[in-house]
Amino acid sequence: MTDRPVYLVDGARTPFLKVRSGPGPFTPVDLAVQAGRPLLLRQPFDRTAFDLCILGCVNVIADEMNPARVAALRLGLGEAMVAFTMQINCGSGMQSIDTAYRYIRDGSHNLILAGGTEALSHAPLVLRQEAVEWYAGMARAKGPLDTARRMAGLRPEFFKPVIGLERGLTDPITDLNMGQTAEVLAYRFGIDRTAADTYAMQSHHRLARAQREGWLSGEVMPAFDRDGTAHVKDDGVRPDSDMDSLAKLNPAFEKPYGKVTPGNSSQITDGASWVILASEQAVEAHGLTPLARIVDSQWAALDPSIMGLGPVLASQPILQRHDFGRDDIDLWEVNEAFAAQVLACLAAWEDETFCREVLGMDAPLGRIDRDRLNVDGGAISLGHPVGTSGNRIVLHLANALKRMNKTRGIATECIGGGQGGAMMLEVA
Amino acid sequence: MTDVLSHLPDPADRNPPHPEGVTTWRMARDNENIAWLLLDCPDTGTNTISQTVLRDLDTILGMLEHDHPRALVMRSAKPGGFAAGADINQFADMRGEGAGSMLRQGHDVLDRLAALPFPSIAVVHGAALGAGFEIALACDHRIAVQGAKFGFPEVQLGLHPGLGGTFRLPALIDPVEAMTMMLTGKSAHDRKALKLGIADALVPERHVAAAVRQAAAGKLDTVGQGFRATAMRTHAARTLAVRKMRSETEKSAPRDHYPAPHALIDLWEENGSDAKAMQKAEIVSFVNLLKTDAAKNLIRVFFLRQKLKARTRGEDGIAHVHVIGAGAMGAEIAAWAALRGKRVTLADLNPEPLGCAVKRAGDICRKKHLTDIETRDALDRLMPDPTGIGAARADLVIEAVPEKPDLKAKIYQSLAGQMKEDAILATNTSSLRLTDLAKSAPDPARFAGLHFFNPVSQMPLVEVVAHQHTNRKVLDRLRAFCGAIDRLPAPVRDYPGFLVNRVLTPYLMEGMLLLDEGHDKRMIDAAGLRFGMPMGPLTLADQVGLDICLDVGESLKSSLDKPLADIPRILRDKVESGDTGKKSGRGFYDWSDGTPRPDTDRDIPAGMTDRLILPMCDAAVECLREKVVEDADTLDGAVIFGTGFAPFRGGPLHYARKRGADQVTRILREMAEKHGDRFAPDKGWSRFA
Repeated sequence: MTDRPVYLVDGARTPFLKVRSGPGPFTPVDLAVQAGRPLLLRQPFDRTAFDLCILGCVNVIADEMNPARVAALRLGLGEAMVAFTMQINCGSGMQSIDTAYRYIRDGSHNLILAGGTEALSHAPLVLRQEAVEWYAGMARAKGPLDTARRMAGLRPEFFKPVIGLERGLTDPITDLNMGQTAEVLAYRFGIDRTAADTYAMQSHHRLARAQREGWLSGEVMPAFDRDGTAHVKDDGVRPDSDMDSLAKLNPAFEKPYGKVTPGNSSQITDGASWVILASEQAVEAHGLTPLARIVDSQWAALDPSIMGLGPVLASQPILQRHDFGRDDIDLWEVNEAFAAQVLACLAAWEDETFCREVLGMDAPLGRIDRDRLNVDGGAISLGHPVGTSGNRIVLHLANALKRMNKTRGIATECIGGGQGGAMMLEVA
Repeated sequence: MTDVLSHLPDPADRNPPHPEGVTTWRMARDNENIAWLLLDCPDTGTNTISQTVLRDLDTILGMLEHDHPRALVMRSAKPGGFAAGADINQFADMRGEGAGSMLRQGHDVLDRLAALPFPSIAVVHGAALGAGFEIALACDHRIAVQGAKFGFPEVQLGLHPGLGGTFRLPALIDPVEAMTMMLTGKSAHDRKALKLGIADALVPERHVAAAVRQAAAGKLDTVGQGFRATAMRTHAARTLAVRKMRSETEKSAPRDHYPAPHALIDLWEENGSDAKAMQKAEIVSFVNLLKTDAAKNLIRVFFLRQKLKARTRGEDGIAHVHVIGAGAMGAEIAAWAALRGKRVTLADLNPEPLGCAVKRAGDICRKKHLTDIETRDALDRLMPDPTGIGAARADLVIEAVPEKPDLKAKIYQSLAGQMKEDAILATNTSSLRLTDLAKSAPDPARFAGLHFFNPVSQMPLVEVVAHQHTNRKVLDRLRAFCGAIDRLPAPVRDYPGFLVNRVLTPYLMEGMLLLDEGHDKRMIDAAGLRFGMPMGPLTLADQVGLDICLDVGESLKSSLDKPLADIPRILRDKVESGDTGKKSGRGFYDWSDGTPRPDTDRDIPAGMTDRLILPMCDAAVECLREKVVEDADTLDGAVIFGTGFAPFRGGPLHYARKRGADQVTRILREMAEKHGDRFAPDKGWSRFA
């Protein structure tokens, strides 16, 4: 069987909306519809022409089980559209692309809509287990006396719900919060607070510049909520971010000595992103103009407490398979879960022992130029809707390669639970 | 999913044979000896209750009385619904002496149905209205299939129920609820019908047979009436309730204009505790109402609606509508089309009005009682489109930008080469001439006017405007589109103000001139209201938008070869100062507390009403002479549905004809002498008589 080429022909996302107080205006599927409508509208083919719809989503809400199918129907892809949802935590939005890529490459599919969506502001409040048991007991109560007896078992702490989001961002094996895993990396690779804050500030400045220059037009499509608000751009950006204000922030996860602060971490955000993948046959049949070709992909796993090194472990086999060195990769999109985590990845690639012992390389990859890395900002400035980010970095890499007239890039992310995903694109 | 199901056979037998001598009903007995009687009027998709239907039913009841089934089920063989009501075509025949005896025969049939010695069960899907509802009421049980609705719309025809509804419904449910349904004409949808006690059960189609068996076994409980029903059998309690009903009804339907609801209240007040007496009185009252002008004219309006609706037949070939301009009209058009199932893109350069349009669409969904899921789907179909890419995908592009010829021309030129091969471009202009605009249209043959009225979600009319070069097929598709979005098309030709604004503008302008002369604005509006207009001229001008009034007024003044009044100073002043009416919160009135409701209980100065109304009749005669519309009935229908022109008067031409062309032209000439040439009668009057 010969591998068929797989093209990324187009993609769009919603603005990423910072979670402020309470649930945001959109559910996960609402976001997927907001991003999908304008994308589908500008395609020359009918929206029922897709073979499959895949959507990454971590926090699925009760009203939208299998959000991929709900989104497919709401987007008018037709009743006959097969759709499934993927969940590999922070890699979900890339896992949808990877699955689509493999289906098309292997010849069973020609045109797939692959996305990611996440409404972290809608992450549920979870009742404590004891409270759930009490509630179930009440429902089983026989007669008023029994009800009264069971009622007496009510405890005030039952009404103190567990924030689902907080549990979701804690590793269940090591019981470390994601921010704590970044603290571990900062310690082991010697990343200091100033380096992390500098990186964070640059992320904001880069996104602000991209917004100003119109580099995100076509990629970020406005979303309109029912209250009449038009959301036109990523709203977590702080164009005037500076070192002084970042320095004033307290550690978020390990007080008082930690280095990871709200300022140098990714933001908690709602957003959705879609890309369209097509075979050569579909490109010809519908007269499409590809943006990029997906060349390779890789998943990797490691100790959950240092999950932040996932990008290094996932990217290395791709580089090896193609015999590429540092200079062969024009652009990198490394998802910015935490500034310290991105900087730890860069440090690992420069570390001779790490490269030899962990990655099996003869020599370190070397220093990746900041001008090639996250050129238009990242999750620190625009946020990290977990199921969406993997999709966004692939889409943005394709757009950035095109705009900057470059050839090749890798999009990669760390994944809570100790994994990493990477995908290599070449401009089409 | 639906496609798959359409290939499976229908489990219910909808085609049993006709009993002998019967053409409108089908009947079969199942293996439990339940008789299934299916109403199936020949050659139509909708059942109506005609003399034949009742006579046939009488025949069948005779058969069943001889050979008792275990129970009788009555339902409709039509997929669309149970029955729409009486055959309105037969009302005209009922105005003579025989009406009373015809009604009594009908009552006898339903009494016979009600007296059957075995259970009778009406199974209702879709609508059971008027006489259809009355047949269901004569049964022991009513099983509603999901989506069913019950109602008495007779009041909209200037009548009240006439086949026993006035005594059977108040005997079944809370009488005050029953009276409210009959007085307002509003129907009760499935869950509401169950709650009121109209339906004994509400089931999906797949459980109809099981529910019928339960009812046949006497195990289907009926809902009791409650305390209020008992109380209402006393005269004192009824008197109190009646007083409230009268004052409420007088507000929306004054007795002088709409006698029917008041006759119904009288009927119940006098006979509410005696069903037999009420039945007798119902027949007398119904026959009297049939003879009133209001009923004749409202029945006329019903047929005018049918006439306009008949023009919507055929396929529109329009799945995607692209609306340009998210102002008040563009936003409403887009929202309404999305609500009615079209995929819509709404383009505007600014995101803010697009956001407001989404909010507005949500509000309309709420007003129209859409469920959460229906609302979500409608809003999913409505896509704000800041870059205007929808134009290249749409089957119909509707331009709704401000009335600036240059702006419109620029937009049309940008659409050239972008629109699909057979897509139609329509303008919502209300004051510019299509002949001029067509010059910049990408293809004049596929260019026409689609003139909606404000607010689109409430005004049923759309003027479909043809200019000289508009292709006929394009007009057919646009009329079908109106049908698809549940609006009534009025085909008109390119004429200053088209039809509706040409007829309406004199009313608005004359109102302003009266204001200039020093009359109280509330007095002027009261004159319009007393005539039966839904709003006085000044309130209506505010509602339409004073800027639009000015545009239309100036356009008429400059393009009509008639001595029209000068644009009133006060109108220019208001528009200049930004007080453009309802949309800005202030015009002639302050709208911050909602629609102004001037008190109509005052003495209107002599001649004021004629000054407001007769110029509309004159303009209507002019439009007829100029062949702006095909015929007088289309004209009357369009003006009623486009402006709300007093429906019980049957339209401006009908009104003029009733009053006499001689009398109207004489008054017009007198007014011309007194107030100016603008009243000089049109030359079309000579042929109109």
